[in-house]
Amino acid sequence: MENFTPVSSLIGGLMIGASAALFLVLNGRIAGISGILGGLIPPERGHVGWRLAFLAGMFIAPLAYVASGAALPASELDASLPLLVVAGLIVGFGTRLGAGCTSGHGVCGIGRGSPRSIVATLVFMATAVATVFVTRHLLGM
Amino acid sequence: MPLILSAFASGLLFGLGLIVSQMVNPAKVLGFLDIFGHWDPSLALVMGGAVAVSSLGYLVAKRRGVPVLAPRLEIPTRRDLDPRLIAGAALFGIGWGLVGLCPGPALVGLTFGPTEIFVFVAAMIIGMAVFRLVPADWPQVTFRREATRVDG
Repeated sequence: MENFTPVSSLIGGLMIGASAALFLVLNGRIAGISGILGGLIPPERGHVGWRLAFLAGMFIAPLAYVASGAALPASELDASLPLLVVAGLIVGFGTRLGAGCTSGHGVCGIGRGSPRSIVATLVFMATAVATVFVTRHLLGM
Repeated sequence: MPLILSAFASGLLFGLGLIVSQMVNPAKVLGFLDIFGHWDPSLALVMGGAVAVSSLGYLVAKRRGVPVLAPRLEIPTRRDLDPRLIAGAALFGIGWGLVGLCPGPALVGLTFGPTEIFVFVAAMIIGMAVFRLVPADWPQVTFRREATRVDG
């Protein structure tokens, strides 16, 4: 529990929720990142602009955060290149097959009480916890 | 144009939320998923806070009926569970647990995290492209009933 950061986590969570709420009320769409990115592969006519704009906002976020005078948090990625490739392929394929990720199913889907999203979130949380258990505690990676 | 600006603002706020909550730190995410080790419950608060506000947004959007800037709400209506949903979610969880990156933090990490994130994002995009090759009815799960065997 030594790394527990309840305040910043809650504030960040409220911001993510506010973004999803804003996007739904203004644009009428779900702020699901895998769906927004996946809709560009291949690009779908008439739906390229807003997708790119949303992604541009995400890319600019770290720069805006630094410009506000705050120090960026750490980003510690401890994985070999082959593991990154395998994980990336699985995440890309899996989120499209399952029609959502942490944002679309977890934040937006649960927020609107969708049974599909609640089940999907339980499933991906369970397999993620199991994967960490196997890699850290059984394989010692 | 207003639709583009509001999408940009939403993406910016989303990215800032991921930074403030430290979701952009794969080590922090793995600490949350490691419930059998030194568990860090922080991300449960990220999820809780995010779900609370997004559900308020949903209530407002439903009440209005029409979005402020778009002609109609584009909300998924399916409620049934199917093999694609389950298999996709299960796969996604495995990939997430392997390195601690899900799509949002991976994209924000492109302009801020370690350069290895580019490898992950490139592979993720290839994974999404591969999905386009998958037939619409895959995977199919047929519940086969064992033929009744009469011993004799």
